[in-house]
Amino acid sequence: MRVISIAQESPEVSGCDEDSGVVRKVNLPLARREFLKGSGLLFGSLATGTLLAGLAPSSAWALELKKLSTAEGQTLMAMGRTLYPHEKLPDAVYALLAKDLDGAAAGSADTAKMLRDGIAWLNKSAGGDFAKANAKKREEIVRGMEGTAFFGTVRGQCITSLYDNDMAYAVFGYPGSAWEKGGYITRGFQDLKWLPTPSLEASPKPFLG
Amino acid sequence: MAKFDFSDDSVVLIIGSGAGGGTLANELCQKGIKVVVLEAGALQSQATFINDEWKSFSQLAWLDKRSTSGSWRVAKDFAGLPAWICKTVGGTTTHWAGASLRFQEHEFRTKSVYGEVKGANLLDWPITLKDLEPYYAKAEYKMGVTRTNGIPGLPGNNNFKVLHAGATKLGYKEVHTGNMAINSQPRDGRGRCMQLGFCFQGCKSGAKWSTLYTEIPKAEATGNFEIRPSSHVTRIEHNTSGKVTGVVYFDKDGKERRQKARIVCVAGNSIETPRLLLLSASNMFKDGLANSSGQVGRNYMRHMTGSVYAAFKNPVHMYRGTTMAGIVRDEAAHNPSRGFVGGYELETLSLGVPFMAAFLNPGGWGSEFSWWMDHYTNLAGMWLVGEDMPREGNRVTLNTDAKDQWGNYIPNVHFDDHDNDIAMRNHAFTQGERIYQAAGAIKTFRTPPYPSTHNMGTSRMSARPQDGVVNKWGQTHDIPNLFISDGSQFTTGGAENPTLTIVTLAIRQADYIAQQMTERAI
Repeated sequence: MRVISIAQESPEVSGCDEDSGVVRKVNLPLARREFLKGSGLLFGSLATGTLLAGLAPSSAWALELKKLSTAEGQTLMAMGRTLYPHEKLPDAVYALLAKDLDGAAAGSADTAKMLRDGIAWLNKSAGGDFAKANAKKREEIVRGMEGTAFFGTVRGQCITSLYDNDMAYAVFGYPGSAWEKGGYITRGFQDLKWLPTPSLEASPKPFLG
Repeated sequence: MAKFDFSDDSVVLIIGSGAGGGTLANELCQKGIKVVVLEAGALQSQATFINDEWKSFSQLAWLDKRSTSGSWRVAKDFAGLPAWICKTVGGTTTHWAGASLRFQEHEFRTKSVYGEVKGANLLDWPITLKDLEPYYAKAEYKMGVTRTNGIPGLPGNNNFKVLHAGATKLGYKEVHTGNMAINSQPRDGRGRCMQLGFCFQGCKSGAKWSTLYTEIPKAEATGNFEIRPSSHVTRIEHNTSGKVTGVVYFDKDGKERRQKARIVCVAGNSIETPRLLLLSASNMFKDGLANSSGQVGRNYMRHMTGSVYAAFKNPVHMYRGTTMAGIVRDEAAHNPSRGFVGGYELETLSLGVPFMAAFLNPGGWGSEFSWWMDHYTNLAGMWLVGEDMPREGNRVTLNTDAKDQWGNYIPNVHFDDHDNDIAMRNHAFTQGERIYQAAGAIKTFRTPPYPSTHNMGTSRMSARPQDGVVNKWGQTHDIPNLFISDGSQFTTGGAENPTLTIVTLAIRQADYIAQQMTERAI
């Protein structure tokens, strides 16, 4: 699969391993339509006025699948949202789950079959289209699959696909590495004001040279 | 750096470069003794450490195949990852959080103090706190432990403020930013803590003590030291008189090598150390080296652990700043009226979003799980760590169903929680939740144990050879020139984070080895 970043890589960053400290833009996947050779395509756009839309250079995202169809990718996205429902996480994040599972499917015929069978079961249980079922129904169906290899694979993949990307960092308010910015020694590591300040004995003043 | 010949049988060969091996190497080199260290992992540096949880995990963690069994929850949640320890130069001192507490006096004689505990294999250490005190002092000075040697405590971060507010409201008295081997001010050529918040990922500022950039370069400067990274030892060899003669290892190019030695010291952490002794079985030592007691691999301890996370109405940003600079020590004493023997510590802890997703509630899903992630910025966290019971059945064995990349049986780690561990964990969970409730938590969560970071006891120290693997110097009872130099030596685990005691024992062991060499006893 080709994912072309639409975030501008700063030249300082690309030249060495050490991060320059430049604040990166949110990295959205974008497959170029003209190159499309895959089996499926997932695409969408970030809702305007959201935090992420403000950080991303463009609100459009697109992502090409190698093995699974568009509909299968959409079913996996819906399963991801059922397992880990976050109103503030855009579909673009759940699409990363479909992308990673598609990658696994492309690498192993057994995995592809297991995923396709699981997806088919989800749709059958929903009476046609799992992604269109209501939240309660989707949760019921997914709960019924707990303990299966399919459930375990999708749930396990969610942990890294959904929570280890810069869109999730931005949504959950986690800045990641602080080294490039000099840590938090002068940037709020003890800025909590809504509780009493500990004694100097318990918590001495920081050494600032 | 010196370079020693493969056939040089005058060297002391140390396996592992972490808290035990790295410290022992430097101490010996300072005394003019020639040392070769074989380290399974690769060399990293402050510049190459990655402050990204998964990427750093791939860079530093020991990820060779392992298996698990037993009733502990880690076997279910992380079947192939019993321990979160490191394979890199500096070992797990790259990953440790810096908490440096001395054992308490009674923790060296738990069998005498706790009495018979059914299903536990308690034993008094052959040494006392008094024996170790001068060496603890040396270790604290070496490592620059805060609140010792006139070194100020670290400044508390937001996560500490929450812990402190709740704990003091609850009436706890000993609440502070801990005894940390992290510079609160510049010291020993290293800067002060920048409050980066990535203590577990290798300290990029070098404020946290790690053998990687303290003991190892100091040893190198003596001219008596050679370290070979990416060198995985597969076997310790011995002669017909039952003395060890050297080791066989795979070097960085995957080539099998043999290094001769006068003395071999094993410091591969408490899973690899007994595994190597077992893998080195021979016609003379059919059950593995130094295993006449049958205790090699047994009494595996991993500390009673658990975490409490709490959500508040207002932001905490717990990820900012030193991960573990915050402690409540009031529960550390032995007070059987609580329903268990031994004690525990409550220490601040935080995880980033990626690891919070992986560790908050392994296997968990649904809107309840999502709620916690949605409240990430408003969370505070603490780790519970206490003494667990040594048990003969909790052990590291060779799993003959699977082999590693070198063709050797992988280690299996079997662990069943003792009732005492469970009672202590429940008590600690309750007190942890009460602390956060006292600070105004809207919700609290009991997080089950992470893969073990404190691995101890699998080559225990004992006065009598039939009770354990090593004597009070860490010298194996069976083979005088074979030493154990890591936390495997621990007879029992204490409530305290083990690194300071590992370093202390290594300094003491170096004195003994030097003296024995001078006397030509070994």
